Amino acid sequence: MDARADMPLFTGSDWDFALVNRIYEAIEPIAVDEMKLNVYPNQLEIISAEQMLDAYSSVGMPLFYKHWSFGKQFVTNEMLYRKGLRGLAYELVINSNPCISYIMQENSAMMQTLVIAHAAFGHNHFFRNNYLFRQWTDADGILDYLEFAKRYVAQCEERHGQLAVERVLDAAHALMNQGVHRYPRVRPRDLRREAEREAERQAYRDRIYDDLWRTVPVGAKAATEGRDERLAALGLPQENILYFLEKSGPRLESWQREILRIVRLIAQYFYPQRQTKAMNEGAATYTHYRIMTTLHERGQITDGAFLEFLQSHTAVVYQPTYDSGHFGSFNPYALGFGIMTDVERICMDPTQEDREWFGDIAGSGDPLEVLKDIWANYRDESFISQFLSPRMIREWRLFKILDRENDSEIQVDAIHDERGYRRIRRALAREYDIGRQEPDIQVVDVDLVGDRTLMLEHVVLNGVLLDEGDAAMVLQNLANLWGYEVALSEVDADSRKELKSHRTQPRADWMR
Amino acid sequence: MHIVDRRLNPGGKSLVNRQRFLRRARAYVQKAVRDSIKDRSIRDLDKEREISIGRDAIYEPTFHRAAKGGNRERVLPGNREYLEGDRIKRPEGGEGSGADAGQGEGNDDFQFVLSREEFLDLFLDDLELPDLAKRRLIGGEVEGIRRAGYATAGSPANLSVQRTMQKAMGRRMALRRPSGADLRRIEEEIAEIEARDPPRPEDADRLERLREDHARLVRRRNLIAYIDPVDLRYRRFEAVPRPVAQAVMFCLMDVSGSMNEHMKDLAKRFFALLHLFLTRCYEHVEVVFIHHTDRAAEVDEQTFFYSTVTGGTLVSSALDKLIEVAADRYRPDNWNIYVAQASDGDNMTQDNPRVVALMQDHILPMAQYVAYLEVGREEFPDATTMQSMTTLWSAYAPVAEAHRHFVMRKVAHRREIYPVFRELFQRRGVGEKARS
Repeated sequence: MDARADMPLFTGSDWDFALVNRIYEAIEPIAVDEMKLNVYPNQLEIISAEQMLDAYSSVGMPLFYKHWSFGKQFVTNEMLYRKGLRGLAYELVINSNPCISYIMQENSAMMQTLVIAHAAFGHNHFFRNNYLFRQWTDADGILDYLEFAKRYVAQCEERHGQLAVERVLDAAHALMNQGVHRYPRVRPRDLRREAEREAERQAYRDRIYDDLWRTVPVGAKAATEGRDERLAALGLPQENILYFLEKSGPRLESWQREILRIVRLIAQYFYPQRQTKAMNEGAATYTHYRIMTTLHERGQITDGAFLEFLQSHTAVVYQPTYDSGHFGSFNPYALGFGIMTDVERICMDPTQEDREWFGDIAGSGDPLEVLKDIWANYRDESFISQFLSPRMIREWRLFKILDRENDSEIQVDAIHDERGYRRIRRALAREYDIGRQEPDIQVVDVDLVGDRTLMLEHVVLNGVLLDEGDAAMVLQNLANLWGYEVALSEVDADSRKELKSHRTQPRADWMR
Repeated sequence: MHIVDRRLNPGGKSLVNRQRFLRRARAYVQKAVRDSIKDRSIRDLDKEREISIGRDAIYEPTFHRAAKGGNRERVLPGNREYLEGDRIKRPEGGEGSGADAGQGEGNDDFQFVLSREEFLDLFLDDLELPDLAKRRLIGGEVEGIRRAGYATAGSPANLSVQRTMQKAMGRRMALRRPSGADLRRIEEEIAEIEARDPPRPEDADRLERLREDHARLVRRRNLIAYIDPVDLRYRRFEAVPRPVAQAVMFCLMDVSGSMNEHMKDLAKRFFALLHLFLTRCYEHVEVVFIHHTDRAAEVDEQTFFYSTVTGGTLVSSALDKLIEVAADRYRPDNWNIYVAQASDGDNMTQDNPRVVALMQDHILPMAQYVAYLEVGREEFPDATTMQSMTTLWSAYAPVAEAHRHFVMRKVAHRREIYPVFRELFQRRGVGEKARS
C-alpha cells in the first residue's frame, strides 16, 4: 500500500469542475495502470435532474427520433419522480466512442467519484471488450446513426405526414423484439455508412425513375416453383420479422422500409445489453468497488465519504429474498457483483470444493485476469452456467421450483445441496438465456400463388402460449405492414402439434 | 477526458414527445379532464393535476408469453424451510411467485401529471368567446420589436452581410467591373512576353497594348469598388405596439333570503368558470362583484359569496350599480365588458319593465356578452323540473330573443354547470354542426 501522503480529494459533499477533474485523474491511474482496463476515451457530461428525465425517456440516448411512446415514458417517470416514488439514476452511460457518461449535478462529491468509477471505467471497459458488443454494436457510429435516423424520420413526417409515420413506427415498435438477428454469421456493423447508403439509394431511384414503367402491363408470371425454391428465394424461415418485411414486404413504400430498418438496427444495437445485464452491472459494480477501496486505502477519500459510499453500495447490491414482499426478480447488480467477488475469492483463497468445481481458475492468484477474460467472453447465461459456485448457491440459499400446469401444487425441485447445485445453476442460467426469455417466432412461409398469406410459427416451450390479447394486437400491426392476411400458429416444440392459431386481416385504413 | 456542462442546454427535449403523447391520448385525456372537475371545488381548477386514463389508449403491445399456463421452472433466493421434493400450495392470485410480474399490469390506470397550461387547453378546448371584435389597444403598454426588411442605414451590429454582398455582386456585374482573373491573365501574358528570349519583333507592340489594357483594367477596378457604401444593407427592426386586451367581468347576484347556500354555490361555480375562461382570452381581467337585495352594493369576493343580507328583491338596483361602476371605472371603449348574473328568478313584478329597459338600453349596447343564470333549489334533480316561468325569466325572455349576446340558462344541479357553460361558449362552427 502506498504511503498515505495524499490529501483527501475532497472533504465536504460539494463539487466543482476542478474537483471532478482531480477525481478523474486520481481514478484513471488505478483503472488503467493498475487494473489494466481497456476503455474508450471518456466524456463526462453534467446534467440536471430535468435533463436526466429527458434522457430516460429516449432510452438513455442523447438524441432520438420523435414518437409518442417516449412522451409516455416521460410523463410516467416524471410523475414517479415528483411524487418521490422513485429516485433518478445517478448516472447514465452510452456505449459510444467516446464513451459518454451523464452525471447529475445533484450528486455529492462522493457520488461523482463512485459514478465515474462505475460508468466511465466499469461500463466503459465492458462495452469495449465484451464480445457481444464488439460483434453487434458500432460504438463509433451510433451517435451519427441516431442523428441520421432522427433527421430521416423528421423528413418522412414532412413528406408523408406525422400520422402515417407514427403508424409505421407503432407497428415497427411492436415487432422490435422480433427485429433482431440472433444467430447469423458475424458481420461488423458500420452505422456511419448507413446514411450514405440511403442517400445513394435515393439518388439511384431518382436517376432511374421513369413514369412510363407505371403503364407497362404486368404479365402473369408462372409461380409454380416448389416449396423449397420458394423458401430459398425468400430466405425463409426467418426469425427477424422486421428484416423480412423490409426486404420482402410487397406493399411497403421505400420510406416505410427505411423506417423498419432504423427500428431494426436500433433494436440490434440494444440486443447485447439485454443479454448482459447482470454481467454489465456486475463488472461496473466490481470496478467501482475496487477503485473506491483503493482510493480509501490511499487516503484519497475520507472515512466519512467511504462510509457514505458503502451505504449506497450495499443498497445497490441488496438482494431481497423471495418471501420478503418486494422480490421481483434477481437484482442484476447483486447477482453480477456476487458471482464476480466469488470468482475473486476462488482465485485467491480456494477451498477444496472450489478446486473440484473450478480447477482451472482456483488459486490462480490473479483474479483480475480471470475476470477480464470473463467480461470479454461471456454473456449472462454462459457466465452463470460457468461461474455460479456451490458456495454462492448456499449463501444465497437458492432453490428451484417447478410449476406444472396440471398440478395443483408447486414442487420444490432442487435446493442448495450436493444434488441441487448443478440443477439450480442450469435453471438459473436458462432464465437468462434470451432465446428462452423471448418467444421463438419465425416467418415460415408465404402463400405466393394464393392469397399471399404470411405464415408465422411460434415454437411453444413447456406449453406456455403467447399472451393472447397482445398477440392479436401485434399481429394486426404485422398484417398492416405486410398488406395481406397473416397467420400465426403456435406449435409445441416436441410434438409439433398445433396448440393454437391466430389469423388477422390487414386494415385498409391503417395509415389514416 | 472531457467534461461538458450540459446543464445550460435548453431543457424540454421531451416536450415534442410529450405533446405527441397527449395528442395520441387526447380523447381519453379530455374525458378524464372533464370528469375530474365534476366533483371538485372550482377554486383550484387551474392548477397542475394528476390525470389517470385507461391503459388501452396508449398501450404498446409486444409478443410475449402469457402469464399463465404451461410448465414453468424458477430459481428463487432465500430458501428457509424447503427440502427437495416438498410441495407448496400455489399462492393466491398468481402463478408461482409472480413469475411474469411486470406484464400483469395491463389493467391499471395510467397516471401522469398535466401542467396547468395543458389542463386548461384540454379543458376549454373547443370554447371561444362569442365576439372578440372589441379587443382594445391600450396605450402605454409593452411594445414588441419585429423584423421588417432591410434598410440602407443602421448600426454596424445590424449589418446584413449576405444582403450586402448580394447587392455588391449585382452592382459589380452591372457595371462590368473587371474580375481578378482578367487582370491575372494580362499580367501572365506580359510576364510571358517579357521573359521571351530573344524577343520577337511583334512583341513590343503587343506588350504596349497589354500594358495599356492592364492600366485600364486597374483604373476601372479602382473606380468601381468591390463593396461600395451604396451596397450596405442593414436589418431593419420596427417597434410594434402589442395589442393588450383587457376585460372586466361583472358578477351580479341576488343575495336575498330566497337564495340559499346551494344556489350560491351554483352561481359561484359558474362565475369561476367564466373567470377562468376570460383569463385565457384576455391578458388582464378584472372582476367586479355586485350583490343586491332591494339595494345593490359593490363588495369583495368574500362578502359576495358568504354574507347574508335581508331585504326584498329589486334587480334593477344591481343594474343601476353596474352602469354606475362601468361609467366610473370601466369605460366601454377601453374595456371588454362581460356580465354574468345569477338569481333564483325572484323580482318585484313592478320592477321588471325597468330591468328590461336598463338591460336593453344601457347594458347590452356596451357589453360583449351578458349571461343570465337562473339557479334552482337543491330539491330539483335538474333544470327541466324547475319552475318554468319565474318573474325575471319571463321578463328576460324577449330580450334574449332580440339580442344574440344575451343568453339565459337554468341550472339546478352542479353537474349541469359545466355543460351549460360549454353550451354557451362552444365554438360557433362546432355548435352549429352539432345542431344540424
